[in-house]
Amino acid sequence: MYAYDEIDRTLLSERVSEFRDQVKRRLSGELTEDEFKMLRLQNGVYLQLHAYMFRVAIPYGTLSSDQLRRLAHVARTYDRGYGHFTTRQNIQFNWIKLAELPDALADLAKVGIHSMQTSGNNTRNVTSDQWAGVVPGEIEDPRIWSEILRQYTTLHPEFSFLPRKFKFAITASKHDRAAIKIHDVGLRLHKNDNGETGFEVMVGGGLGRTPFLAKTIRHFVHGHDLLSYVEAILRVYNRYGRRDNIYKARIKILVHELGADKFAQEVEEEWRQMDKSVLTLTDADIENIRARFSYPAYENLPHMPDELKAAAHDARFEAWRKNSVAPHKVPGYAIVTLSLKPIGMPPGDATAEQMDAIANLADRYSFGEIRVGHEQNLALPHVAKRDLPVLWRELDKIGVATPNVNLVTDIIACPGLDYCSLANTRSIPIAQELTRRFANHETANLIGRLHINISGCINACGHHHVGHIGILGVEKNGEEFYQITIGGRADENAELGNLIGPSVPYGDVADVVEDIVEAYLALREGPEELFIDAVKRLGVEPFRERVYATR
Amino acid sequence: MPLVKHGKISADDFARIADDAVIPAEGDVLMPLTRFLEDAEALLKRRGKVGVIVPNNRDLDDLEPYFDRLAIVALVFPSFRDGRAYSQARLLRERYGYDGELRATGQVLRDQFVFMTRAGFDAFEVKKDSDAHAFAETIARYTVFYQPTGDGRPIALRQRLLMPRVAARLR
Repeated sequence: MYAYDEIDRTLLSERVSEFRDQVKRRLSGELTEDEFKMLRLQNGVYLQLHAYMFRVAIPYGTLSSDQLRRLAHVARTYDRGYGHFTTRQNIQFNWIKLAELPDALADLAKVGIHSMQTSGNNTRNVTSDQWAGVVPGEIEDPRIWSEILRQYTTLHPEFSFLPRKFKFAITASKHDRAAIKIHDVGLRLHKNDNGETGFEVMVGGGLGRTPFLAKTIRHFVHGHDLLSYVEAILRVYNRYGRRDNIYKARIKILVHELGADKFAQEVEEEWRQMDKSVLTLTDADIENIRARFSYPAYENLPHMPDELKAAAHDARFEAWRKNSVAPHKVPGYAIVTLSLKPIGMPPGDATAEQMDAIANLADRYSFGEIRVGHEQNLALPHVAKRDLPVLWRELDKIGVATPNVNLVTDIIACPGLDYCSLANTRSIPIAQELTRRFANHETANLIGRLHINISGCINACGHHHVGHIGILGVEKNGEEFYQITIGGRADENAELGNLIGPSVPYGDVADVVEDIVEAYLALREGPEELFIDAVKRLGVEPFRERVYATR
Repeated sequence: MPLVKHGKISADDFARIADDAVIPAEGDVLMPLTRFLEDAEALLKRRGKVGVIVPNNRDLDDLEPYFDRLAIVALVFPSFRDGRAYSQARLLRERYGYDGELRATGQVLRDQFVFMTRAGFDAFEVKKDSDAHAFAETIARYTVFYQPTGDGRPIALRQRLLMPRVAARLR
């Protein structure tokens, strides 16, 4: 956990009082809606279909139990008793009243969380691997650098009015859980030949109506130079990014139009000319941030405790353990993923009661720490293996132990037309129906790893382009239709999916997905060939045939 | 439109010269950059100070020979959403070393004052009277800053290192 100090707390309270004043001026009519819109967006407040939506940042996906309890309190006090975890390590509340927002912000500020820059054309919440600091084989904890970048980008006077939103993601593992290649800037932490920490810098990834994977513009930027190099990128973008057309304003378009090489040259030239003295991070700067992250006092525990051996006879426990428990860097401990994808329910939602219960379980079994992943699930990052059986029973009781992590029912979906004013179609009901179709755990397990991502419009908040199966809602003559893609992935081998054929009506989507899955089961070389690998080997054609033969 | 300078509402002594207007023989003038560049040396010799208005999509190299003789560089915010002039301002102050008046014009609203000041602006043509009157209190909203700009305000990262507890730990 990163511990806020007096400086961080002061900034947060200054931000809250600024926003309180802005809301007051809006309510009195001193600010027009047009003027206020940008100010509220910079504080994570959208106007949705039915009400204001309030998006709170969970930087690099790390939460303390007190912070989670406070989110539960906001859900209960200012909203309708639940929150929605997003694909970018944020939580959204859908029914907030404008006049109460400053109070909600003040309540959150007390535990060091905020909604700064969770929307608007600025640098957004810096995201990272939800297993940072606990996963085996990591180069170093990427949250140190995420926090340095969080502070640097917060209320930046030069980059708060960019052409469009701007998202950073950082990973330090071989397996990319942070989807860095679909971010405006993706940073892959690695070491150079001298053993020094630095970053491969990728720029111009993003989904939306013009999807691109990020391109590497520099293989190694020394950690000391991270901020100056980032400033060079942001300055080039701020000055030359397009502002004439909102759909061409992301940095991916600038990189595409200039070409990655030319863009890289522009950045290098800006970087060369820049006075780097104050921006260069000293070892003391870095160590000071590092020291503010606390790590649990792990015990010396057995790798295979008796409690775990005894529980192995319980088939339900074993199904969950095999699915939701991942190795930890410390022997005797495990990382536990909490599925927020129960069968038939909206993906990523948690009630205030669940949040409180999870916070209490985190206190008891995970040193008071919770993680949030971009797949819209939570994790307890430091669970002693001997506690797994008792923890499982508790998680099961509150409905967050569905053993479907990374399986076909672990669906990523945007809020869609049920909430969002941009959406063309519904997303959540599609996800709900799909989870019912594949509710049988044996079947889902047989299918193996398969990510379905659903977006209710071209803005792609549900990351459909990088779903193994991607579902995109489009409107045709006032009716909801869905385009289906296959073969996308968001990890270190990121790819954009390919369309399998004409769009299908709302009522057919689940049938089409079932057809695709059946085709895969028939075509795969064996259970070890995952869906995504079979699509890679076979291409779209056999799946297209299967789906459209009878349609 | 009130002008805020050195933190206070001030009179604007500069006549604004439109693209095709006649330039008076004497008196202080603020004119478009293109107009200035057509005859820069002559304009700088007339009696009266000269300021230029620089569009937010222009590079600044053309102006370099004149920085020490210009009384004002005015940058433009066609909309408060368009942040290009923040980059121009920092470059003027931090790279070209321009130390004359740097004026924000266009859609200049209260909630940008802190950002603008940090980017190097010291004069503001403010859209609303109420915002101009609120300048001093608005600028005092923030006492903590996370990132360095050329304004010299201490940044959190380095302030922390001076805290006795932190300093002791890092020693």
